[in-house]
Amino acid sequence: MRRLWITLTWLVFSILILIPLVVLTTGAFDEGGAGFVQALSRPEALHALMMTGLIVLVVTALNGIFGIMMGIYLVRGTWLSRKLRQLFNSIVDLPYAVSPVIGGLMIVLLLGPDTVIGTFFEQIGFKVVYAFPGMVIATLFVTFPLMVREVMPVLQEIGTDQEEAASTLGAYSWRTFWQVTWPSIRWAVIYGTILTVARSLGEFGAVLVVSGNIINKTQTATTLVYQDMENFNVTAANGVALVLAVFSIGLLLLMERAKKRKEVL
Amino acid sequence: MHVEVRHLDKHFGQFHAVQDVSFSIAKGHLIGLLGPSGGGKTSILRMLAGLESPDSGEIIFHGKAVNHLPPQEREIGFVFQNYALFKHMTVFDNIAFGLKVKKTRKEAIRDRVSELVELTGLSGFEHRYPHQLSGGQRQRVAFARALAPEPQLLLLDEPFAAIDAKIRQELRTWLRELIERVGITSIFVTHDQDEAIEVADEIMIINGGRLEQKGTPWDIYKQPSTPFVASFIGESTIVDEIGQLKGFEQPGAADYARALIRPEYIEIGLAHEFRLLSATEKGTVKHMHFRGSQWMVEVEVGANRLITYRSLEKDTLEVGQEVHVLVHRAYLFNDQESWIAENALKADPLSVFI
Repeated sequence: MRRLWITLTWLVFSILILIPLVVLTTGAFDEGGAGFVQALSRPEALHALMMTGLIVLVVTALNGIFGIMMGIYLVRGTWLSRKLRQLFNSIVDLPYAVSPVIGGLMIVLLLGPDTVIGTFFEQIGFKVVYAFPGMVIATLFVTFPLMVREVMPVLQEIGTDQEEAASTLGAYSWRTFWQVTWPSIRWAVIYGTILTVARSLGEFGAVLVVSGNIINKTQTATTLVYQDMENFNVTAANGVALVLAVFSIGLLLLMERAKKRKEVL
Repeated sequence: MHVEVRHLDKHFGQFHAVQDVSFSIAKGHLIGLLGPSGGGKTSILRMLAGLESPDSGEIIFHGKAVNHLPPQEREIGFVFQNYALFKHMTVFDNIAFGLKVKKTRKEAIRDRVSELVELTGLSGFEHRYPHQLSGGQRQRVAFARALAPEPQLLLLDEPFAAIDAKIRQELRTWLRELIERVGITSIFVTHDQDEAIEVADEIMIINGGRLEQKGTPWDIYKQPSTPFVASFIGESTIVDEIGQLKGFEQPGAADYARALIRPEYIEIGLAHEFRLLSATEKGTVKHMHFRGSQWMVEVEVGANRLITYRSLEKDTLEVGQEVHVLVHRAYLFNDQESWIAENALKADPLSVFI
């Protein structure tokens, strides 16, 4: 019986993860190393990878700052009423529940060129939808819960005692945050960052809707893979997909190592 | 630092945590805030520290109202119940934190920290982290950290609550001596009356958000001003019908009064052990409990059951034995007032009858 379960588990694991990975790898190299290199060195591929990289950078930075702040306000913000904090707390999880495509659609409906806000931004020369800012906003929407949900339980666990102690010793909030709170939440922030990077690397639906998938302009690595598949350019699609997969796996391995190091401390 | 508090009031939602509390504390005194859990002691302490703000009332340090000052500027040291040490900092860095905030010179910090490490007996532990220390050592790091920036007022929230009984005893004595040596005005919160009586110069009894009584431990023991204080300090038995006890039959006063009698107000023994046998009455021993250094005796006198102690040196009593009971005094109270009544027969000199 036990053996059966172990076999089944391996089977599911292989079908879902291992076999696709192997197919992806062989697919990327089915025209040899040259085909792989050529797929990646197309100008649209380089541009798409650069777009993805930029989005990852900006989103991770913004999500780091605002995620930590949101976590702190939700846990420590006694000036907000309890009810209000509970409401915000449940809204934070909204991106988990809502499909990214719908998230993207909401942004288009709110900030698109046909709307009041969108027109306003366009007039001051700042294009949001079908441009880089919109893609960042869409990715932020999808990744927002990741940092908050990592940081909040740690803040709750450490409580306010150490921070209060720092205040009675004369430290104001800036110093208290960096010298007392930060060392405690540091590992949570690292996990949150890794998850955010991995998620924004792979984000597809929201970005597809918001970007319009304009080649050499708003195309990201994932939407390029999609387009290559549409054009039956399977080798190229596999090549770009493999690059994304390798990055993601690398990140998750890094996270495992980070966890181990934390246990040592 | 001279501390004065006027009409302090604090609600937490619907809960009236502190109700119109006023007191003043002389410089250099060590005050114990004593009372049952949830009585508002910690709230008062946190308001003094600036960690909570009062709904109304004034807090005055050195003659200046500090209500609007944040904790950072009140020149206080605060020792938390669970110490709240910075867990990622060494003992040295914990103690040095307040000094670094003040931008003290490096050499001065090193001198002050080693002085405090010496004073708190933590030499050799400077480079340990809090999780590598015992409870008593953490406690002492917390003291040293609070004292390092030379505060004017030291506030301690249940400083011994998390330490086991034996070490608690040592730490109490140590704390008392330390505070005397440093000469700092200090207020500590406790729910343990022995601790308050042993350590404090003055005790404030807090119950239900109100200040019931303030005074030296001896005054509070001798002259409790409310029934709550009388029953909270020391042990006692409540007697509903004090008029039934010999020597307390005065008419009028006793009619509506209930009495609170401490074990040490009662003497119990065989007939030959009393000089004034006429003031005693008969009772029956109901229970004997061995309490390590003495017997605790439950004795039934009429309808009342009293509790007292008896020395191990005297003849051991037995359950069911008839004994003589002398009640020296009782603390009487009714809804309006309270007073202390001495045994009337005891005061009568024998010579009158001769």
